[in-house]
Amino acid sequence: MNLIRYQVPDTSPWPALDRWGNLRDELNSFFDMPFSTAFGRPGQLFTGWSPALDLYDSGDHFVAVVELPGMRKEDIDISLHDGTLTISGERKRESESNNGETTQRSERYIGTFRRSIALPTRVDAGRVSATYQDGILKVTLSKAEEAKPKQIQVS
Amino acid sequence: MNTLTRETREGDRRQAVQFITPPASVTEIGDGYMLEIEMPGVKKDGLEISVENNELTVIGRRSLPAVEGTPIHRESRPENFRRAFEIDPSIDADKISAKIDQGLVTLILPKAEHVKPRKIAVS
Repeated sequence: MNLIRYQVPDTSPWPALDRWGNLRDELNSFFDMPFSTAFGRPGQLFTGWSPALDLYDSGDHFVAVVELPGMRKEDIDISLHDGTLTISGERKRESESNNGETTQRSERYIGTFRRSIALPTRVDAGRVSATYQDGILKVTLSKAEEAKPKQIQVS
Repeated sequence: MNTLTRETREGDRRQAVQFITPPASVTEIGDGYMLEIEMPGVKKDGLEISVENNELTVIGRRSLPAVEGTPIHRESRPENFRRAFEIDPSIDADKISAKIDQGLVTLILPKAEHVKPRKIAVS
């Protein structure tokens, strides 16, 4: 017997046409939008779990934000090598018990993931910190001294 | 192209609400079901769960502090999450419980008492 049936609301992946008030401005901002999931993630060789990764440049440091819901801090691995930040980990099934549990349907990925991103400028490997809250991993990397933006006085 | 811009100006009056459909999984546990929905960036007070006419709707509103800085690379989407499920009448809607931990919403949907198998004594 099929006890729960899914009813996915029909949401369009495209932004509401309402916002296209000024067509040219909106077309320009369209290219600033994040990649649509329809195009897949760049640099991905296999279809599997590929959590969304954002990278921001905040002047004297970078911030990498990864969406990792339902994980434990200890299952997340962050490493920095040759200017490339790699975030990997494994998501295990919440309850490992097998007392009559049968998964009816799962859209969630269970298993390992790995995301890498090359950082545009050198970072100080000794000054990297990370927080994991509400399923969002935020990694802060301080730029190496010579890579920080500096003001140059004109004498 | 001309008609498109004309139509969209009228549409500005309407509230455009966009949601993403998050992935979910259903597991049968003992006397009921466990529903897990992924909603990263959503805190407890951003969750809105309601049941109406055998339809369970879960809405999660993201409350992320904006990162100061220029985005170099963006894959995440800013929209909120919404997922609706049709619940079989055998679920006791009054006893549905929910919790959220690290962006994962877990709902327990217990089956109603009357559908559980029970022994009938012979007098």
